[in-house]
Amino acid sequence: MPAVAFQKLTLGYDRQPAVHRLEAEIEDGSLTAIVGPNGAGKSTLLKGVTGALSPLEGHVSIKGLSRDDIAYLPQQSEIDQSFPLSVVDLVSMGLWREIGPFGWLGRKRQARIDDAIAAAGLTGFEARPIGSLSGGQMQRALFARLLLQDARLVLLDEPFTSIDARTMADLLDVVRGWHGEGRTVVAVLHDHETVRAHFPQTLMLARELVAHGPTEQVLTAENQFRARQMCEACAGPPHVCGRSAA
Amino acid sequence: MIWDIFFQPFADFGFMRRALLGCIAISVGATPVGVFLMLRRMSLTGDAMAHAILPGAAIGYLIAGLSLGAMTVGGLIAGMAVALLSGLVTRVTVLREDASLAAFYLISLALGVLIVSTRGSNVDLMHVLFGTVLALDDATLTLLCSIASLSTLTIALFFRPLVLECADPQFLRSVSGLSVVTHFTFLALVVLNLVAGFHALGTLMAVGIMILPAAAARFWAVGIGGMIVVAVAVAMLASVIGLLLSYYFSLPSGPTVILVAGIGYGLSIVFGPAGGLIAQASLRRHYET
Repeated sequence: MPAVAFQKLTLGYDRQPAVHRLEAEIEDGSLTAIVGPNGAGKSTLLKGVTGALSPLEGHVSIKGLSRDDIAYLPQQSEIDQSFPLSVVDLVSMGLWREIGPFGWLGRKRQARIDDAIAAAGLTGFEARPIGSLSGGQMQRALFARLLLQDARLVLLDEPFTSIDARTMADLLDVVRGWHGEGRTVVAVLHDHETVRAHFPQTLMLARELVAHGPTEQVLTAENQFRARQMCEACAGPPHVCGRSAA
Repeated sequence: MIWDIFFQPFADFGFMRRALLGCIAISVGATPVGVFLMLRRMSLTGDAMAHAILPGAAIGYLIAGLSLGAMTVGGLIAGMAVALLSGLVTRVTVLREDASLAAFYLISLALGVLIVSTRGSNVDLMHVLFGTVLALDDATLTLLCSIASLSTLTIALFFRPLVLECADPQFLRSVSGLSVVTHFTFLALVVLNLVAGFHALGTLMAVGIMILPAAAARFWAVGIGGMIVVAVAVAMLASVIGLLLSYYFSLPSGPTVILVAGIGYGLSIVFGPAGGLIAQASLRRHYET
């Protein structure tokens, strides 16, 4: 059963399509990487799934899931790191859907917060202000927050950019944990080695769908060449894309 | 002796007691709002909003004279209109919040000055700009205390979404529909407190009691709660000292209170343990040796 289905999905900004007539289904409980050249519409696609961007055409259907079942880690978070928050404060935001603006944290949830911080490898940093965290530590904190969101669909936009190998290995453990629990994980990634090693499914995008399926069959030299060509062709005005609007 | 200096003026004169109560009400209401303005890097927004209130207060004055109700309602309408219009333009068009707010408050300010200078006297202009903290009547005091209570209550209710909206607006938008409500509630609080402040301190000085204690508090506390407590304390202290100085040296009270808060800010820059100059210098020494 698919968790997310794209039907003739066109997404874009200012009527310029960034994702064009995409037809694909992401299976429930799958661990999928989205790859493609810069400007291929990968981040745009995730925004389409969260509902932050409405389709110009077609649909995104998230079957059996509501918006509340989605956790999303954007590529560049808008977090103001100079804001006086501690790591614990930041991580506990992940409980918003449970406790809302007035709910009480309580001892049980406090324990879950500690567990999430431990799983992200930040134990001992609880009281540190977020402004003093390194890029990798910040990413760990954001993963701890995602853990608490307890979402059935997790969307990650380039989660491992500019962090060291050790942090990446720890965070990949978290991702594998989600996969093991039967959650659907979709991650935009650039490093094909990481994709090959850890992501069974891959969706290659170049505004339009290039290929989707088992990673080994998708990440071929031929597909990558085709993706680059399609993106270059799409760099011009949309009508040169080669497909009629009908 | 000390007792006499600090308490005699308040014990002897009703207008001093009223001024003190008014200033304390403003300190309690406006300063926490100022802390959030500072944390959202919107300190100058307070200033812009204060200017935006002017035409409303002026129109209220033209219609009903020096009437508390008319000037309050006028100020609120003008302030809210500017807040809503600039918020709307920011959300609908490509213009950023600072630019759209600047545009609307400048229009509003020009309108206000035009109305006051064509129809009112200079005395009225001075009243609107600098307030009349030594002539607060019962109705005004009731208004100031009500606004302070309402503001404190609202901040308490909206505390969590407000912190999220400041720290990570994208996240709040992704998990909750409260983002827009929170933003406009907060702007409404800014306007409400500035309208309260302008009765006592005037439109321009009202921003001072909102922002200066908040900026000073940043140097004393690390958490938001601590900052709010310190900021309110600084504002209250500045009110007492400012009123006493203005009493003993016959200085205009509004600006004196704000200047004392300014001195508190200056001292905080130097002596504040959380990032003050001395604290930073000793930290550097610690790493050099």
